[in-house]
Amino acid sequence: MKALAGGYARARDVTHALDLLAQADGMGRVLAGGQSLIAAMNMRLSTGDMLVDISRIADLRGVAVEDGCLRIGALTRHADIGTDPLVATHAPLLVQAVHHIAHAAIRNRGTIGGSLAHADPAAEFPACVLALGGTIHLQGPEGVRQVAAEDFFVDVFETAIEEGEILTAITLPLLEAGERHVLIETARRSGDYALAGLCVVKRAAGHRVTAFSVGPRPVLAMAAMERLDAGDTAGAVDALRAEIDPPSDTQASAAYRRHLAGVLLTRALHDLTGETA
Amino acid sequence: MTISFGNPDRPNSYIGKTVPRPNAPRLVQGRGKYVDDIVLPRMAHVVFVRSPHAHAKIGAIDTAEAAAVKGVLRIFTGADIAEVCTPWVAVLAHLKGLKSPPQHALAVDRACWVGDPVVAVVATSRAAAEEAAALVEVDYAPLPAVTDMMSALDADTPVLHPDMGDNLAFRRLHEEGDVEAAFASAHKVVEARFKTARHTGVTLEPRSILVDWNPAEGQMTAWHATQAPHMMQTVFAKHLDLPEGRVRVICDDVGGSYGIKVHVYPDEVATAAIAKIMARPIKFVADRLESFTTDIHARDHEIGARIAVDETGKILAMDIDDWTAIGAYSVYPRTSAIEGNQVVNLCGGPYDFAHYRAQTSVVFQNKTPTCQYRAVGHPIAVAVTEGLVDMAAAELGMDPVEIRRRNMYADDAYPVTSPAKMRFEGLSHHASMDKLMALMDYEGLRAEQAELRKKGIHRGIGIASFIELTNPSPFMYGIGGARISAQDGCTVRMDPDGSIVALSGVTEQGQGTEAMLAQIVAEGVGVAPGRVRVITGDTQVTPYGGGTWASRGAGIGGEAALQSALALKGSILEVAGAMLQAPADALDIRDGQVVDTATGEARMPLEELGRIVYFRGDTLPKGLPRELVQTRHFITSDYPFAFTNGVQASYLEVDTGTGEVKLLKHWCVEDCGRIINPQLVDEQIRGGIVQGLGGALFEEIHYDEDGQLLNGSMADYLVPMAAEMPDMVIGHVETPTMESTLGAKGAGEAGTAGAPAAVMNAINDALRPLGAQVTAMPFTPERILRAMGQIED
Repeated sequence: MKALAGGYARARDVTHALDLLAQADGMGRVLAGGQSLIAAMNMRLSTGDMLVDISRIADLRGVAVEDGCLRIGALTRHADIGTDPLVATHAPLLVQAVHHIAHAAIRNRGTIGGSLAHADPAAEFPACVLALGGTIHLQGPEGVRQVAAEDFFVDVFETAIEEGEILTAITLPLLEAGERHVLIETARRSGDYALAGLCVVKRAAGHRVTAFSVGPRPVLAMAAMERLDAGDTAGAVDALRAEIDPPSDTQASAAYRRHLAGVLLTRALHDLTGETA
Repeated sequence: MTISFGNPDRPNSYIGKTVPRPNAPRLVQGRGKYVDDIVLPRMAHVVFVRSPHAHAKIGAIDTAEAAAVKGVLRIFTGADIAEVCTPWVAVLAHLKGLKSPPQHALAVDRACWVGDPVVAVVATSRAAAEEAAALVEVDYAPLPAVTDMMSALDADTPVLHPDMGDNLAFRRLHEEGDVEAAFASAHKVVEARFKTARHTGVTLEPRSILVDWNPAEGQMTAWHATQAPHMMQTVFAKHLDLPEGRVRVICDDVGGSYGIKVHVYPDEVATAAIAKIMARPIKFVADRLESFTTDIHARDHEIGARIAVDETGKILAMDIDDWTAIGAYSVYPRTSAIEGNQVVNLCGGPYDFAHYRAQTSVVFQNKTPTCQYRAVGHPIAVAVTEGLVDMAAAELGMDPVEIRRRNMYADDAYPVTSPAKMRFEGLSHHASMDKLMALMDYEGLRAEQAELRKKGIHRGIGIASFIELTNPSPFMYGIGGARISAQDGCTVRMDPDGSIVALSGVTEQGQGTEAMLAQIVAEGVGVAPGRVRVITGDTQVTPYGGGTWASRGAGIGGEAALQSALALKGSILEVAGAMLQAPADALDIRDGQVVDTATGEARMPLEELGRIVYFRGDTLPKGLPRELVQTRHFITSDYPFAFTNGVQASYLEVDTGTGEVKLLKHWCVEDCGRIINPQLVDEQIRGGIVQGLGGALFEEIHYDEDGQLLNGSMADYLVPMAAEMPDMVIGHVETPTMESTLGAKGAGEAGTAGAPAAVMNAINDALRPLGAQVTAMPFTPERILRAMGQIED
């Protein structure tokens, strides 16, 4: 099929991009890496979009440590995250995630901001940012605001981003001493969306576990985390299976996904501790 | 003239060597010419409005809003097209009882599957036509959809085509020997139920056609991504009421076919009809969603099967009950009964046993029609046969290789006729098995498997012997009344510069046909392959032929090329003899030079001979034949089909926690007779194996119970990708067919035929100690865990 775009404009900077969105009469769509949006347009799942291309805004790209946080610009591409030394030092979970994301061509174009804003429930980065307790930075006509990852993901393809806002960056806490990260998933083929996946972050304060591809948005597995903090790994597996409500589709049933999530948690803990759960 | 194939040092010894493909640089540099690359003056694009219902009565069609879209030229309904295009009925006389209703290029009263074309919108661009197509309003009245195979014939299931009486399209029962008695007296009987999923071919280039009608010439020209240009010539002529000689089908580069592009598609015929009505070029290129809803599907079978063996593992009998659901129509003109028929013909194929019963039941469904796709019926028959043999071996406590060795036809038993009444000229099951055992170090792998099992690692080894039907005679389609040619021809000529042009009726789909033909002609004439230019795929230019299907290109087209090349060599040497005052049989052509046969001494380059013949013919003796062009046609006549054989093995690991299967290695030893180009044959085998592995582990078209297609994209229909593919080791045994000088049989489908069975047997080998078994493809992680009882609902 041929895409039916309503228009296209390339933004010079964030202010320009916000102006373009404001003029788009509700049809504005931010174009970053285009790895989901263009595919949707080519299937005519989305038509008439006024595309606001932010991909040339240099300020939105790159990784830095600022104010005691790791700041990743929205336009930072998956491939760059996979090789960035600051990310490797402070958020190794993201580096692990990159190995699972799609294929080289997609990793070379796709951006972390795009992945978070698109909020595919099977995507890795949203679950990672949630597991790490990150903060999403938005800018709109009214100025800038910050949203905690816990409050950001609302539903399938739905986030806290308001009409006319742009996701500009994420910030993540710096890695503390002894902190460990594991991302584990099972997919039908290399690069496919996971049938189910887990992020496990172990900090002095306790565990943070998120599950993806098991519901309409990434799940912070509070009950499993509580069991893990209590040292009850078997209980954590049961708790995780109980607190997710995965979908059935042509690749796997809900029952399989629920079972798989437990298997993956067992394996993630093994990777984390080197011990068999 | 004969060729001493056994002597690798013979002159011009290109047959049997890996010669580079002449068309590879063109394709790699993006200089290929596919249908979508062709742009003609006044060309318009057609887009089809397709039924969103599996079964619906078509009511009023409102095109007013669509017609107003800028760029729209004209909109056609089924009734409009039916005025210039007659419907077709896809039956063949030798498939007794096969029935199918008339099918129109655009559905007229009733849409019968999701994707059935209903309205055609023609516009100056594809985008404009799509925009308008979305605005066409069709008043559908949904009808009950028939979507379940096994209940299709039940009394309370609606009859899809009331005129047909019931939902049974075709049924064939074959019985040989006394099956019931054999089962009754058997030492062991093993029974199982198998399923193969609905697949489609997923060609890289989608179906594409560009048709022009020139009323001034009274000629229709179709640039068509097809495997069978001459067959399509007949189809367009017949249904658009044109003389066959006034239809030209041109088939330039084709981006993969796998059988998908050998059928008649209603939207393609509609495109030709529209070109005729509008008297201007019309292009149709399917998009990927259309490919999933309208390219033929295949392999949707459920099979109940049992095998009887004695104490020594000798197979006594097999009993097969095959069911398949084909869609709402049998596909024209090859029909949709062939796949089920092949299952009947091929089950038990490698084995020498006496009592055999097989029945296929082919039922109508409100789904995309199914038809012949690479290795038609083979993957099903091989999975059933090899699955049963492995289960019998396990029941007897016998090694799976040993039970096969006890049952395979002896290598010196040929010719033989199988219980399915297939005639085998010469096969090499035992030699192939021996070679496989050596290649894979079977004993070593078994030891490794046992060692790893102690550590909780579950690996499996699966073996699958198979036969493959190639080089079909008219027994496949021609005797049924279809104008599908089993013979093929080649014209070879020498031009003044000594270069050679070969025109062949077999076609290039990207698989290397032209390379194969070039090296045969090069050896036959006596020039370097680079001096041979091959032209295929033009009904007005090449000799009449069948094209590419059923692994016939090398065996049939190759022999025609060889015979025409040898004939041209004879013609050249007759002229050379006159010029050089030497007997023609004392001369030979080597590397583009006429030479003395005995000494190899160069006597004259071919370009000098060409100069004299074409420009100074006055210097040659009057009456000397000087036609430096020869045509030969070839058809097999001793056997209906040239069967090949082989054996595959899979080594894999099952993750018993997640149910994932990791393919570790795959082997295939096959016997396609004379190998013309080893690299092309090996890559055909590998590509075929990949498609077979796709069927075993990934590929499955899903419909819901209302007949809605659930996975019409590359994200949801999982084709095998490089990362999941194992290393593949390919070996060969060569048993040339005696029907031809060349001795080549087909190699294109062997990989696909055996791979799913090998994987199934390997998974079950890994799972057997856990008491689990899988027989429904694809073997998804979930199906494996369910077989292990790991998932409770």
